[in-house]
Amino acid sequence: MNDATDNLIEIRDLDYTRGRRQIFRGLNITIKRGQITAIMGPSGTGKTTLLSLITRQLRPDRGSIVVDGIDVSALNQKELYRFRRRFGMLFQNGALLTDLSVFENVAFPLREHTKLPNRLIRHIVLTKLHAVGLRGAADMMPSELSGGMARRIALARAMVMDPDILIYDEPFVGLDPISMGVIVRLVRQMNDALGISSILVSHDVQEIAAVADCSYLIADGKVAASGSPDELSNTSSEVVKQFMHGMADGPVAFHYAAPNYAEQLLGRDVE
Amino acid sequence: MFRELYYTFVEFLRTFGALQLFFLRLLSHSPYIIVRRFGLVVHQVHNAGALSLVIIMVCGLFVGGVLGLQGYSNLSKFNAEDAVGAVAALGLIKELGPVITALLFSGRAGTALASEIGLMKATDQLSAMEMMAISPMQRVLVPRFLGGVISMPLLAAVFTVVGLFGAHLVGVTLLGVDAGAFWAQMQNAVEPGDVYEGIIKSTVFGVVASLLAVWEGYNAIPTAEGVGRATTRTVVITAISILILDFMITAISI
Ligand SMILES: Nc1ncnc2c1ncn2[C@@H]1O[C@H](COP(=O)(O)OP(=O)(O)OP(=O)(O)O)[C@@H](O)[C@H]1O
Ligand SMILES: [Mg+2]
Repeated sequence: MNDATDNLIEIRDLDYTRGRRQIFRGLNITIKRGQITAIMGPSGTGKTTLLSLITRQLRPDRGSIVVDGIDVSALNQKELYRFRRRFGMLFQNGALLTDLSVFENVAFPLREHTKLPNRLIRHIVLTKLHAVGLRGAADMMPSELSGGMARRIALARAMVMDPDILIYDEPFVGLDPISMGVIVRLVRQMNDALGISSILVSHDVQEIAAVADCSYLIADGKVAASGSPDELSNTSSEVVKQFMHGMADGPVAFHYAAPNYAEQLLGRDVE
Repeated sequence: MFRELYYTFVEFLRTFGALQLFFLRLLSHSPYIIVRRFGLVVHQVHNAGALSLVIIMVCGLFVGGVLGLQGYSNLSKFNAEDAVGAVAALGLIKELGPVITALLFSGRAGTALASEIGLMKATDQLSAMEMMAISPMQRVLVPRFLGGVISMPLLAAVFTVVGLFGAHLVGVTLLGVDAGAFWAQMQNAVEPGDVYEGIIKSTVFGVVASLLAVWEGYNAIPTAEGVGRATTRTVVITAISILILDFMITAISI
């Protein structure tokens, strides 16, 4: 029973409140080493927030987050930066640096953290750009890229330091079917060939079924369901069925909390 | 009513305290950046300084010209037109050079800094740097702050020199004051202390204008509207601070 060493990330009893809204109450998630773990959930449930908590861009109100035996909330600034160098993160909107070219964006972490000679940097950057199919865009500026291209460049940048853990926030949004297929395969390949662990946030149920080893469905601040994609699609849980089949009616409210619709239209909520 | 005033006052003190801490953080990272990453600072001197140069020179020329006109018409009442060079020089070196340069600097470079940093925050670029274990403080904020601090005194010097040229153009070339008297009177009137006062003022204003621009950008609400508001606040707060500080420094040095 050496289960514990297989667990890369353990989140226990996590509470988090943003503004007046409690986003997580008693969240428990375990992410296994070497796997692709998908986090699913309706828009606004706090998937991006969860990623920020894991990488300590935010601190939880209560509960613990342990990554590879390290209690994330106990790190000081220096340890935090060393800790973060193990991650590659793809932000939801790419977050490319607008004053640098595509090439320099991908080269940025190398230039900041290493003293590699220019030739080697060039070699590494072009390899990563080639992997996402955008070697030809090396000299463009981020403002000249489409949303999907920007996200692929950001993916190249996330991979460039050869991280142990890759985090993708909605990597498939705005990609055409061809690049989607390529990126899905790339995610799988990197995970298996390089022994990386991956965390993937997505709405895209089919793509997740194709690529993830294990997935968590978050709703109402808790894990509503978890398991392999097969287990999830065969489950009898109402929540999961609703999400997997995209129905508006069900246990998960499609509407953000609001006053009664008819009352509000009739103006009765304003006195 | 008193309660609200009290809270506003407390809020002001809190913000002011946070601003001072922010300033200390900028300073504490500065030596490292100056020694190890001076290239970043040079780049920002170019952004903040070189790009403000044209507007500084045009304004300097006209301010100098106005000083020449006004000085001439006032001084000729006492038959002292020759002193127009001295009057223009003292006004430019001690007051108008540093103050107007700082106001223009905040309008041209300060707003650019605030909106650039605010946008970087709104589009997650600063978070992305944090995630790459690169400190936005060191990589983004400190070089921009230092670039502003270095540029301001240089711009004020350019403004002053171009202003003197403008005063000469109006006083000597246009209105016929004797060139020898113009320069001689100026040399006699201007003491080293006047020049030091100008240098101290423009340095202090450079620190304040750059600090406020970087601070407003970094603390902007990360939306398009928030960035817009931060840009406006930069100009307003900088202008007020500079005029108050100008009064204080002048009062001390007299
Ligand atoms: N800076 C913020 N301040 C206050 N509340 C916020 C902030 N950012 C997000 N929220 C709130 O936190 C909740 C979770 O946001 P989050 O971005 O984590 O959702 P998400 O699951 O990633 O959604 P999506 O799928 O649309 O990206 C939302 O309800 C949002 O209103
Ligand atoms: Mg999100």
